Amino acid sequence: MTKNLRVKTSKLIDETYKISFKFNGKTYYGYKGDTLASALLANDVHLVGRSFKYHRPRGIMTAGSEEPNAIVQLHNNTSRTEPNVRATEIEIYEGLIASSQNCWPSVNFDIGGINNFLSPLLPAGFYYKTFMWPSSFWKKYEYFIRKSAGLGKSPTKPDPDIYEHKYMHCDVLVIGAGISGIMAAKAAAKNGFKTLLLEEKSYLGGSTIYQNSEHFKINNQISSSWLEKEINEIKKIKNLEIKIRTSVAAFHGYNFLLARENLTDHLPLDQRKNKTRQKLLKIRAKKVITATGSLERPLIFDNNDRPGILLSSAINKYANLFGVACGEKIILFTNNDSAYETAINLNQKGVKVAAIIDNREEVDSKLIKDTEKNNMKVYKGYTIVDTSGYRRINSISIMQLSKDGQKVIGTKKTIVCDCLGISGGWTPAVHLFTQSGGKLKFRDEDQVFIPNIYPSDQISIGACNGDFTLNEILSTINNKLKEFLNIKETDYKNLDVQSSYNKSKRNIWLLPSDKAIGKTKSFVDYQNDATAKDIKLALREGFRSIEHVKRYTTTGMGTDQGKLGNMHALGIISETSDSKMGELGTTTFRPPYTPLTFGTIVGRNVGEYFDIFRKTPIHDWHIKNKAEFENVGQWKRAWFYPKDGENMYDAVQRESKAARDSAGILDASTLGKIDIQGTDASEFLNRVYTNAWSKLAVGKCRYGLMLNEDGMVYDDGVTTRLDENHYIMTTTTGGAATVLGKLEDYLQTEWPELDVYLTSVTDHYATVSVCGPNSKKIVSQVIPDLDFSDENFPHMSFKNAKIGKIKCRVMRISFTGEHSYEINIQANYGKSVWEKCMEAGKEFNITPYGTETMHLLRAEKGFIIVGQDTDATMTPIDLQMDWIVSKKKYDFIGKRSLYRSDTIKEDRKQLVGLLTENPDEVLEEGAQIVADIKKSPVEMLGHVTSSYYSPNLKKSIALGVVRGGKNMLGQKLIIPMENKQINVTVADPVFLDKENKRLNA
Amino acid sequence: MFIINCPYCGEREQSEFKAGGEAHIVRPKQPTELSDDQWAEYLFMRKNIKGVQFERWVHVHGCRKWFNVVRDTSNDMIKAVYKMGEKPPSI
Ligand SMILES: [Zn+2]
Repeated sequence: MTKNLRVKTSKLIDETYKISFKFNGKTYYGYKGDTLASALLANDVHLVGRSFKYHRPRGIMTAGSEEPNAIVQLHNNTSRTEPNVRATEIEIYEGLIASSQNCWPSVNFDIGGINNFLSPLLPAGFYYKTFMWPSSFWKKYEYFIRKSAGLGKSPTKPDPDIYEHKYMHCDVLVIGAGISGIMAAKAAAKNGFKTLLLEEKSYLGGSTIYQNSEHFKINNQISSSWLEKEINEIKKIKNLEIKIRTSVAAFHGYNFLLARENLTDHLPLDQRKNKTRQKLLKIRAKKVITATGSLERPLIFDNNDRPGILLSSAINKYANLFGVACGEKIILFTNNDSAYETAINLNQKGVKVAAIIDNREEVDSKLIKDTEKNNMKVYKGYTIVDTSGYRRINSISIMQLSKDGQKVIGTKKTIVCDCLGISGGWTPAVHLFTQSGGKLKFRDEDQVFIPNIYPSDQISIGACNGDFTLNEILSTINNKLKEFLNIKETDYKNLDVQSSYNKSKRNIWLLPSDKAIGKTKSFVDYQNDATAKDIKLALREGFRSIEHVKRYTTTGMGTDQGKLGNMHALGIISETSDSKMGELGTTTFRPPYTPLTFGTIVGRNVGEYFDIFRKTPIHDWHIKNKAEFENVGQWKRAWFYPKDGENMYDAVQRESKAARDSAGILDASTLGKIDIQGTDASEFLNRVYTNAWSKLAVGKCRYGLMLNEDGMVYDDGVTTRLDENHYIMTTTTGGAATVLGKLEDYLQTEWPELDVYLTSVTDHYATVSVCGPNSKKIVSQVIPDLDFSDENFPHMSFKNAKIGKIKCRVMRISFTGEHSYEINIQANYGKSVWEKCMEAGKEFNITPYGTETMHLLRAEKGFIIVGQDTDATMTPIDLQMDWIVSKKKYDFIGKRSLYRSDTIKEDRKQLVGLLTENPDEVLEEGAQIVADIKKSPVEMLGHVTSSYYSPNLKKSIALGVVRGGKNMLGQKLIIPMENKQINVTVADPVFLDKENKRLNA
Repeated sequence: MFIINCPYCGEREQSEFKAGGEAHIVRPKQPTELSDDQWAEYLFMRKNIKGVQFERWVHVHGCRKWFNVVRDTSNDMIKAVYKMGEKPPSI
């Protein structure tokens, strides 16, 4: 049954290279150079999909990236499967397997097709109106909608391909290698500009490259021959880089653009191994020349969506470039001269053009005369009122247009055909221009939006600027390029152009019909099945803004972003609401211009490279000793060290007990460390911490709390005075970078008079923390020269010391409440010191512990963790830490906020301890706390912030924030859970060793 | 993504910088003498203009210096860049 509709060998097609591919399970043949669409058309396959809402049969409509219908799924059920691929763009390769999307069970018999007959029940906004009510039914509706609609399937297996990102810089970027782009690139490059030329297709030259007719000549050569010579010339220019199969996805401000370069999608699968599939180019251009051409408009009439109906320019391109006839009896329907170009070309190739229907009554151009000379019948002043043929168009009905174009008159005539080409004129492809922030203006004479105000150093030339004819392009390009590039001359000064094209056009946005509008299906957005009727309904229902009409009718919201029909939607709104097109404005064109794969967007940032992470100098030891890790900020921190199949709970219980019974060791290298120097260092600390620092003696350590200017706790940590004008501050692991940033901000912008220097030294030191009753015995073995007596080295003090020849700083500070030491040493010695401590601690069963045990141990002591027990709403007073807020200091960051009317309220949430009635019951962190469960609505007093089973106290302990909790000591509260309630008593948050005896044990 | 002309380093990509809100809001020298309303004015009230706005930026992945930028928030055009402590240009 397959026909071969190849008409003539074409330059792009290599007929010696046959390629087999599968479409919907059937094998077909095409040639190298074919797109999937051209190969299917050559096999007389038009029906390629079903429409989104009504499941109407749909065919290939265009020959480019604007295609709304022919979107296919490649290689279904494999790791390389890809949905929403436009058949008009994908080049065929040996082994290509494609299938229709959005049809079930098959494209020829689609159960959803019944929606077509139900369509009176599916008006605009149908989903909003129907499926929203009652809301409890939504889940059922959703199932139904998703099964019968949906565009393609996403892959379920990992993507096997490689993607890359690349930064590019150029003087001049030219987007689009049609005749305008080629000329611009040549002018720029020949004048010394570093030039980049991008073309989305696989060939250069745009539509002129297949313009072989005598009707269009440049310097007395057929336009395609002239352009071919130009192309050969620019390929030799050294400072011009040309990339094909590269489409610009986004044009941002400041001439920053993103483009996708396709490197392997046209190759047979077995030739793609180890090659980069796609590159995302991040381009910064000094100047941008947009030459993206224009898109042909369809015409809007009843049943304008049947398979076999294509844009007239697409039929022309398939014939001229791919050597494929889209039918054997073609009719063209137009309101301008473009369709006659197609007619003449088809005639040259021996394809029968049955008739040309022209909206215009009085038309006269050389093109038309030539057409009539070749015995093609032209119906002037006519319009199509209907088409027939379910899976393929088989006839059209035409009627005469009234003088004003609003009605049809006379009798209906039917003409048989197997293909219909439509041309509604041209729309400049201004998408990228508007993405960049450019402002459009409306040109009334031919009803197009064209670039008006440029937001950056850029220019639009050629058809995307509204210069559609060869005459217009070539007569203006010389001066435009000279001015934009500020150059003396181009090669295009006195070009002699011959063109038979006449610009006249009869623009009717919605063509009249002999039927009432309610009885017609005139599609405006093919992909989303939005009709002229839907738009009119939206207007009747009160929608006015173009953005609202768009969302209500879903016009322009498909993967093609309505590249074909947006202008008609605007036109119909304008005519119906009696407002001017220029004042309506357009909808926003958003990037990407054509869809991008996720692979391209993420590039190499996959798997372990998805996000950066930081390792401590002791990381390898943790790995070797089977630690489980936790992400803290960007750090990988040892979480716990399971032994012999322990789970987390058991490991943490063991580690916690060992630390208090004998000795524990923690890698604290991730704590932020900021080196502070300068004659005003003490004053600076006074201003950034809540407590006083001037009197801290050299060699002493102090805990500090840092607030935001709003009085809320921001960070905490121990700071040590190393020397008169030298401190080392520690911050929380997650807060290191932001604390440094905040300190720098104040220093540079509020207190530039202070003599203070800040240096982040987090990565320069490794920190090994040894705690527990035997910690002194262990650390003194590692550092034998240091006097560890309490008199010489008391709690909250620091010593410079040496391990062998290596200098280190030892702080006697504690986050666990145990007697403990922190050794800070140059990072590359960290692991060795850790191992020395392990060796020395062997006889004391020294136990490495992770962050989870650290959290448990500090909770036993009631020490807060900023970010866990606090959020950005807790003041030091709320934390019952009044003792750390200096009453004497005149000012510090956040001080004034501590007595705002809100922060002094008695019933703020305050930090308390919580003990469960049943000591074995451990609360869930985040659980809500209430007092009266019967009150309706139940009043939430607060929530649990930290909760553990303490092996040292042999009971469950928790911290929480409770409204007015400070004054509730001993009071019973309730934690309501899903299937039970837990009784708790408010307690002192310090559960263990309130007298701090263990610090000196 | 725009380009910012750091007064210390020159032109760099926006991704090297961090915005720091409205410029020229000076921290009161004697906060304790302010009423709640006056303190709240300093603490919370920001203009967030559509149009020309004076802003603080920091070259966070560069020289780490804070400076001022005059930016039209409607189109991201930067009208001027000047150091902390310098007089704002009249725009
Ligand atoms: Zn800088």
